[in-house]
Amino acid sequence: MPLGDVAPEIALLLTAVAILLAAGFAPRAWQWLGAPAALAGIALAATLLAGQVGMRTLTFSGVWAIDGASVWARMLILGATAVAVVMTPPWLRTDRRHGEYYAILLLSALGAMALAAAADLLQLLIAVLLSSVTGYTLAAYHRDWGPSVEAGMKYFLIGAFANAILAIGVALMVGTLQATGFAEIAGAAPGALSPLALTGLALTVAGVAFKLGAVPFHSWMPDVAEGAPAPAAAFLTVVPKIGAAVLLLRLVDLFPADMAAIRPLVALLAVATMTLGNAAALWQDDVRRMLGWSSVSQSGYALMAVCVVGRADEAAAALLVFLLGYAVANLAAFAVVTHLRGRTARADYAGLAGERPLAALVLVTSFLSLVGIPPLAGFIGKLALFAVTIEGGYAWLAVVAVLNTVLSLYYYLRVLGPAYFAAAPGRVATLGRWTLVAMAASGALVAGFGLAAEASFAALSGIRLAP
Amino acid sequence: MLTLAILAPLAGALGLALWRETGETAARTAAAAVAALPLALLALVWLGFDTAPGAPTFQAVEELPWIPSLDVAWRLGVDGVSLPIAAMSALLFLGAILWPVETDGRARQYFAWLLFLEGVSLGLFLVLDLLLFYVFFDLSLVGMYFLIGRWGHGAAQQAALKFFVYTLAGSLAILLGILGLVLAGAGPLSFDMRVLIERQPLEGAGIAAPLVLLAFVVGFAVKTPLVPVHTWLPPAHVDAPGPASAILAGVLLKMGGYGLIRIPLSMMQETFARYALAIGVLALVSILWGALVALAQTNLKRRIAYTSVNHMGYTVLGIATAGALTAGAGQEAARQLALTGAVVEMVAHGLITGALFLIAGGFWTRTQDYDLDGYGGLAGRAPKLAAATMLAAFASFGLPALAGFVAEFQIFAGTFAVFPWLAAIGVVGLLVTAALFLRMIQKLFFGPLPETHRDFADLGRRESLVMVGLLFFVVLIGVWPTWLLAVIDHGAAVIVAGR
Repeated sequence: MPLGDVAPEIALLLTAVAILLAAGFAPRAWQWLGAPAALAGIALAATLLAGQVGMRTLTFSGVWAIDGASVWARMLILGATAVAVVMTPPWLRTDRRHGEYYAILLLSALGAMALAAAADLLQLLIAVLLSSVTGYTLAAYHRDWGPSVEAGMKYFLIGAFANAILAIGVALMVGTLQATGFAEIAGAAPGALSPLALTGLALTVAGVAFKLGAVPFHSWMPDVAEGAPAPAAAFLTVVPKIGAAVLLLRLVDLFPADMAAIRPLVALLAVATMTLGNAAALWQDDVRRMLGWSSVSQSGYALMAVCVVGRADEAAAALLVFLLGYAVANLAAFAVVTHLRGRTARADYAGLAGERPLAALVLVTSFLSLVGIPPLAGFIGKLALFAVTIEGGYAWLAVVAVLNTVLSLYYYLRVLGPAYFAAAPGRVATLGRWTLVAMAASGALVAGFGLAAEASFAALSGIRLAP
Repeated sequence: MLTLAILAPLAGALGLALWRETGETAARTAAAAVAALPLALLALVWLGFDTAPGAPTFQAVEELPWIPSLDVAWRLGVDGVSLPIAAMSALLFLGAILWPVETDGRARQYFAWLLFLEGVSLGLFLVLDLLLFYVFFDLSLVGMYFLIGRWGHGAAQQAALKFFVYTLAGSLAILLGILGLVLAGAGPLSFDMRVLIERQPLEGAGIAAPLVLLAFVVGFAVKTPLVPVHTWLPPAHVDAPGPASAILAGVLLKMGGYGLIRIPLSMMQETFARYALAIGVLALVSILWGALVALAQTNLKRRIAYTSVNHMGYTVLGIATAGALTAGAGQEAARQLALTGAVVEMVAHGLITGALFLIAGGFWTRTQDYDLDGYGGLAGRAPKLAAATMLAAFASFGLPALAGFVAEFQIFAGTFAVFPWLAAIGVVGLLVTAALFLRMIQKLFFGPLPETHRDFADLGRRESLVMVGLLFFVVLIGVWPTWLLAVIDHGAAVIVAGR
């Protein structure tokens, strides 16, 4: 077995284990050293991963895919995790279990990476479980604080149900298609699936939708965004989604482009997800909860690319460009929330521009990027998405997405308007230098990835999924 | 040169945003100096513009790659349509910056946003790349949102929100249209306007063509605005600060008309021709609706706002006439006349309505009141203000020897040849606007002077300067339009003649 093919993952795993062991013995004052250690592990993993750029193969007997989508998605997961790490130290400074947090975070990122590279139904199941179990812990990390425990509990209950559905779906698919590897399924898949196999596929898609934060298993998203520690919320609303989106892309790609059932089903999920997420976000007076719902709606946009894979050449590239734009903007928004000590009531954001101009600027940049205002990263993502959706023959889906985008502007402006036009009720406290760095850096990336869009397109256009 | 005209205001905006501890006068002076630069540059481009029959359509072209993978590039250039509109915009921005306004202790930010808006507005008129066109289109919304929301009065935040949401819906329709246009047709992907005009991607494309046209018409109709998607306009105008209203009416509304000419009219001639009559009817509805509703307003600014709906209706009527390929042979001259008229109308409306909104802003700074019934007899107290208002109002309803007449005469002359009925009904709009402006002047300046306005101040030195600058061109275009028409005809001829 070519162990080198999973060297980035091994690096991450060893770092996590090392941090876990060290955190058990380190005195309280040293616990924060988990953050630089995690960053070092991520940097090492990214370096090893860079060596896989340009490869297109299946490895480990066909369960692990190394191709453009998998490499860049894992790179994005590592980058997003790094930003989430930088936000953390001041937030958890007073927590006795500060060090362990980084170990769990890295393991959760590992689960998402395994999801992005999964090319086998059983591997998919294991990846989802690893990503989920660690996710529950992260969400409930403030175990003395009601909302955090509630978020973790809700996440866990929905997750347990979704994982069971996923297991049933995988079992049905394996049973009817007589294969677990994606390559064999693609080879064996007939033009029309038997009803049982189709049920299995639908249940599998639904089960993965849990990780994506899409209908029908989306409802943990707002609770986690509101209750989890803010840096963990930033991580959980971004990282698992990247892995799940790439996995769904791979799964849908197995079936012929003109097959009647699967792509329309994904299109319906996309419509339901974006509409529900936006509608629920409209009247939120809690900014973190609003971000959670907006994150649901963004999952719906991501599903547009999944829907047209196989019908438009650049669907995978469009998905990754979109995920990049979404990831930096969402991380930037949560970085602002974290930097402002988790401030979450919408009314408390009034007058932010006068008190904290930089935080307000990053907030406005990230929100406008989530809307898709050019020339920010989110615009490039939506542009790529709309283009492949129209090319793939789903123009009506692009129209629905446009209507949703208009709707979404309303709730973002409900926060931004008072932040710029009203007077601040009092002083606005901030957290510290780490969060300031995370906020400024992610804010700059939102603009940077928009202006330097050529870099993304040059790297991503032409990527094809491994056979 | 054009790049500098766009980047100078943007850099100026950034500079002002970062420049701590500065007073209102210093900020205003700096902003005005920066805003004078694009005007000077565009004047230079104008002087170098070649209107000889064989001269290239797009001149002063510049090109730098941005996203080569999608063939998106920083492509700039002017033709006979974009140059006059851009030059008028630069002039109006300078006037808006000089016009005194209550900046609420945040002069620096106010002028920074105005300069930002100037940069993106000029960018929109000067780019030759569809994606950049969209970028600037959207950024203009952001700039105007903050200007209205922060420095407006009344229910400013709601008005700004409505403006942003409404026009974003329009601009996203345009984005879909752009994608539909770019992805259609043979040949490599390109966002280059010149390539797309050459290619006419949707010719014979079946159902996709009318859908893409619909997306563009809806998007630009929101911005122009045409009835029934104009409802964002009155609150945005009424609650915005005077100079922002002037920019909104003078520059931002032009983006709708300009976009219609640049994209659907030029890039999908066949489809546009098929639906030209429908677009003309839409324009006619706007002409009549705008005029009649304006007549019913007692709020000074709201009245001017609705006349914008009316005037932009003339513009779109001219554009629809120009696109009516189905008209018989020998009508090419009439169609070109209508298109030239539409462009002159945009320039004239920008100057005239810009001036009127600045004046309305002047009324607000003096009395915090827009109600026409509260005024009267100001001709004696403020003769300079009265003269400027009357001149602008006369020009607005199309009195001969002023800019509005040149525009409307050409539009109607062209339309009579192609769509006689539309023109005949549209003339009613002219009569109604004449009536409503005369009523407005009578209420403001004649009759008894209310006790509360005994100490009403006349135009200050800076205000007079701005008015003279804007109205000079209104008169100049009215009495000697050749210098303007030569440039516009050069652009219009190419568009009407087709490939």
